[in-house]
Amino acid sequence: MTTVSEKKLTEFEDNDQKPVGFGRMLRKEDARLLRGRGRFVDDVQLPGMLHLAILRSPFAHAKIVSIDTSAAEASPGVKAVVTGETLKGLGLAWMPTLSNDVQAVLATDKVRFQGQEVAFVVAEDRYQARDALELIDVEYEVLDPVIDVRKALEPDAPLIRDDLDGKTNNHVFDWETGDAEETDRVFAEADVIVKEDIVYPRVHPAPMETCGSVADFDPVEGRLRLWSTTQAPHAHRTLYAIVAGLPEHKIQVIAPDIGGGFGNKVPIYPGYVHSIVGSIVTGKPVKWMEDRSENLISTGFARDYIMRAEIAATREGKILAIRTNVLADHGAFNGTAAPVKYPAGFFGVFTGSYDLMAAHCKMTAVYTNKAPGGVAYACSFRITEAVYLVERIVDCLADELEMDPAELRLKNFIQPDQFPYTTKTGWVYDSGNYEPTMRLAMDMAGYEELRKEQALKRAKGELMGIGIAFFTEAVGAGPRKNMDILGLGMNDGCELRVHPTGKAVVRLSVKTQGQGHETTFAQIIAEELGIPPDDIDVIHGDTDNTPFGLGTYGSRSTPVSGAAAALVARKVRDKAQLIASAMLEVSVADLDWVKGAFQVKGDPGRSVTIQEIAFKAHGAGDLPEGMEGALEAQICYNPSNLTYPHGAYICVVDIDPGTAEVKVRRFIAVDDCGTRINPMIIEGQVHGGLTDGVGMALMEMIAFDEDGNCLGASLMDYLIPTSLEVPDWETGFTVTPSPHHPIGAKGVGESATVGSPPAIVNAVVDALKPFGVRHADMPLTPSRVWDAMRGQATPPI
Amino acid sequence: MQVPAPFEYERATSVDQAIGLLERLGSSARLVAGGHSLLPMMKLRLANFEYLIDINDLHGELGYIRVAADEVRIGAMTRHRELLESDALAQVFPIFRDAERVIADPVVRNRGTLGGSLCQADPSEDLSAVCTTLDASCVIRGSRGERVVTMEEFHVGPYETAVGDGEILTEIRIPIKPGKSGSAYAKVERRAGDWAVVSAGAAVWLDEQGQISDARVGLAAVGPNTTGIPEISASLRGRAPDESLYELAGAIAARSCDPVTDTRGSADYKRHLADELTRRTLRGAVERASAVERARS
Ligand SMILES: Cc1cc2nc3c(=O)[nH]c(=O)nc-3n(C[C@H](O)[C@H](O)[C@H](O)COP(=O)(O)OP(=O)(O)OC[C@H]3O[C@@H](n4cnc5c(N)ncnc54)[C@H](O)[C@@H]3O)c2cc1C
Repeated sequence: MTTVSEKKLTEFEDNDQKPVGFGRMLRKEDARLLRGRGRFVDDVQLPGMLHLAILRSPFAHAKIVSIDTSAAEASPGVKAVVTGETLKGLGLAWMPTLSNDVQAVLATDKVRFQGQEVAFVVAEDRYQARDALELIDVEYEVLDPVIDVRKALEPDAPLIRDDLDGKTNNHVFDWETGDAEETDRVFAEADVIVKEDIVYPRVHPAPMETCGSVADFDPVEGRLRLWSTTQAPHAHRTLYAIVAGLPEHKIQVIAPDIGGGFGNKVPIYPGYVHSIVGSIVTGKPVKWMEDRSENLISTGFARDYIMRAEIAATREGKILAIRTNVLADHGAFNGTAAPVKYPAGFFGVFTGSYDLMAAHCKMTAVYTNKAPGGVAYACSFRITEAVYLVERIVDCLADELEMDPAELRLKNFIQPDQFPYTTKTGWVYDSGNYEPTMRLAMDMAGYEELRKEQALKRAKGELMGIGIAFFTEAVGAGPRKNMDILGLGMNDGCELRVHPTGKAVVRLSVKTQGQGHETTFAQIIAEELGIPPDDIDVIHGDTDNTPFGLGTYGSRSTPVSGAAAALVARKVRDKAQLIASAMLEVSVADLDWVKGAFQVKGDPGRSVTIQEIAFKAHGAGDLPEGMEGALEAQICYNPSNLTYPHGAYICVVDIDPGTAEVKVRRFIAVDDCGTRINPMIIEGQVHGGLTDGVGMALMEMIAFDEDGNCLGASLMDYLIPTSLEVPDWETGFTVTPSPHHPIGAKGVGESATVGSPPAIVNAVVDALKPFGVRHADMPLTPSRVWDAMRGQATPPI
Repeated sequence: MQVPAPFEYERATSVDQAIGLLERLGSSARLVAGGHSLLPMMKLRLANFEYLIDINDLHGELGYIRVAADEVRIGAMTRHRELLESDALAQVFPIFRDAERVIADPVVRNRGTLGGSLCQADPSEDLSAVCTTLDASCVIRGSRGERVVTMEEFHVGPYETAVGDGEILTEIRIPIKPGKSGSAYAKVERRAGDWAVVSAGAAVWLDEQGQISDARVGLAAVGPNTTGIPEISASLRGRAPDESLYELAGAIAARSCDPVTDTRGSADYKRHLADELTRRTLRGAVERASAVERARS
């Protein structure tokens, strides 16, 4: 069942309702955040706290000959200077990455990317720590770096990972999905084949708050408290236990308010470990807060895929197969955060929203002398790259067939009766109804009119483009049968306690970084129990006070923890029903649940509210035979499948023919994320993601020079978009619930980041059609658009 | 948080006192005006100075825009925002408002100053291009008195000016020439608030017959300093403005500049923009000058 609705631009008027359940309402956390009452890691002040600064490598690839720390140690206020050698003595020089590789906590032998951690200083204040860095004398022997990813596997390429036993090249992994033979067969028989080399350049999440931590190790109790900027506090705690050999019950990881994550705060960075070591060494709490440049040059990047895409179709426009060959740049250490069995994340959904006969992907991942990372930035585990690939190559096919790109997509959609649909790469799409979503977007855009306007403009030499992207995402990792990170199953706990007066507290394993969990999860409980959201406290981010779970990324919070919250509330409701039956002296089967109360069937006058039941559960008098007091429950949810949100995006751009500047005139985004919990929050997520998309499509890229110097080390060089680059977003929605999710919800946090770049690039390429342009790579800066206009489009790397 | 190296800090109470401090402290001292160029460099530790002499309290003395019959005088401490908002200035030189609309963002414009912009001598500085276009001169004061230099003399190289140790830029003077004038500014940037990929300013003066009596073009981000192009002035003088003339000027601009390829764009593209923006701003400047003419007749 799909319902269709168009949201006009009156979105703000009805936000401040107080629904007991789903519906628009202002975010509970915003009063705190907007009034400067948030408490972020950098707000943590502990008595006697010291400050840590990290010395980073100026070179992309160099041998460390010697490090002299004596002058730094003598510098005012300095309490400790730690190098890789010190850590080596403690067995802490290396740590595992999220992808079963290892990463240097501090370099011992070599530095392998510019910005790599070489030493750290702990001092009384931040200035003294930073000043002392200047006094550390490191002698490097500079080595040739591997910067051009295409040359990483050449026989004479410098070897980056000589720390790995027996490693003789820069190869990380080969990965394959789909059926190569069948795909080749379909291609061989196809009328039309279109091929394009498509690059998704390296970009950076650039959250407003950079990464940091405060470590407080108590040597007497052997307890470690760590405030850190983490999207996954529980997973981090377990990893610290494994890495540092500290007992897990003596580690408390606290993620307080987090100023944006976008995947950047999924990995464990050396800096977090430094603060722990710093606290152990000095016996004092130690704060580390990286600066903007450090964040940009050393923390998890995203994308960096070079993709050869091929699509096969009939002359009439029936898409038959897609195949692709990908070269993936993983930087100096394979720090990709993805379920272990998915080294390329969920890139396998590159078959898109189309019913294909065959598909195949072959990928090679390599090391280069660049910062590690890989999956970050609202990418749903590489779905961003996959969606970009398929939506770009489908447009290339439309161009080849001289078909309208909307028509081509409509012709090839997976049909509603085909769901659950198993793709040729083995993904089981849970539900979808694509055509109404697409039609709604086209209606909102006035698609036919836009095409007419474009024809008139073209005749006058004006450059206007209309771009379409239709995406299907796979989110909500994931079923424990095949998804884990370093052996930890991707399931989420949830605990709910209803207090005697009927107020409640729900404890989550996931952690908001701006997504609005404190509101959304209160609304889920409210919907199930009829307790107003304002009466429900949402606790998250502190491992001592919340159940285990894998954290917030990959749009997984609502699909996984949201399901857990609904189910834990139902558990509580089941118990409440037993108590109600005793209170009303009727059998359980004779009770109806009307949100917030149990009513006797046929006698609505006789009912008890959830608040009355809560009091009874804690109050005097007997409870039903064998029942314990209190009204609470806990659960650990294991999703049976991922959820598959979809959406149709249409972008209209105008290009100045003289300067090649691109102006995004309109953007229509119709999202289907199943059941909508708080539409205002969804729209907020979509607005943010669309803005991200404008950034990636038009300006963002972490570039390197040939020596491996990062050219995006400040926000003057690494551009992120402002309100002036974006239009008024036009959002709409359809609702196709997930059949296996308890409330039918699918994730939406990353949809817009995934779906918008291809829509924008498709629009720019469409505008450039008069110049014979079929493809141009991001970022579409004026200079690069001008190159494309002259038939000289080049890949950005 | 990016933290600078240690430095000492003093607030100047008058121009003369600031000059006294500069003389005493020598090259280890630096003036700080709006701080929007200096402080980022210090935080990134690209620049370290032992002393900062804060001249923001001199805004009363050095923050002014005086439009007289034959000259405009602007104090060095005049903020971007004041330049943006001045109607008197926009009336004689609309190029200022054009430029200020595309310089940085409101936060930067509230603090950044004309003097700081010129003294920073960044090749992409928009106000330098504006002043070059308008044939401004710069008043530099030291303990031995004042001297006045042209913009060409003022900018010695990238990030280098004629202001010596113990000197301070106090004022910019822009001549108001006879005849009807118009001016305009255009900038291509990758994003609002970004530095220019290329920008261009143009000013024209028309005689009674509507012929160009003088024209000047200034470019930013295409050479070691903002570039004025005398050859354009020479080829436009005495001619009636039309498209072919703008094209000629654009071609000269493209040929005379010296851009480099960087993350903002390729040298070829920048050369193309020098051409394109020269044509656009000349066209705009002539339109404005003619509008003045129409308004008067
Ligand atoms: C985010 C951002 C974006 C920006 N974008 C643009 C842009 O698009 N276009 C543009 O043109 N500029 C841009 N700027 C620069 C901005 O205009 C600065 O304000 C300006 O360059 C410097 O002015 P200031 O008063 O801040 O100078 P300061 O930073 O205080 O000083 C700059 C230099 O000039 C010296 N100095 C200052 N005043 C005097 C004086 N009276 N006599 C002698 N020396 C002096 C200082 O010692 C210092 O060396 C941007 C800045 C930022 C932070």
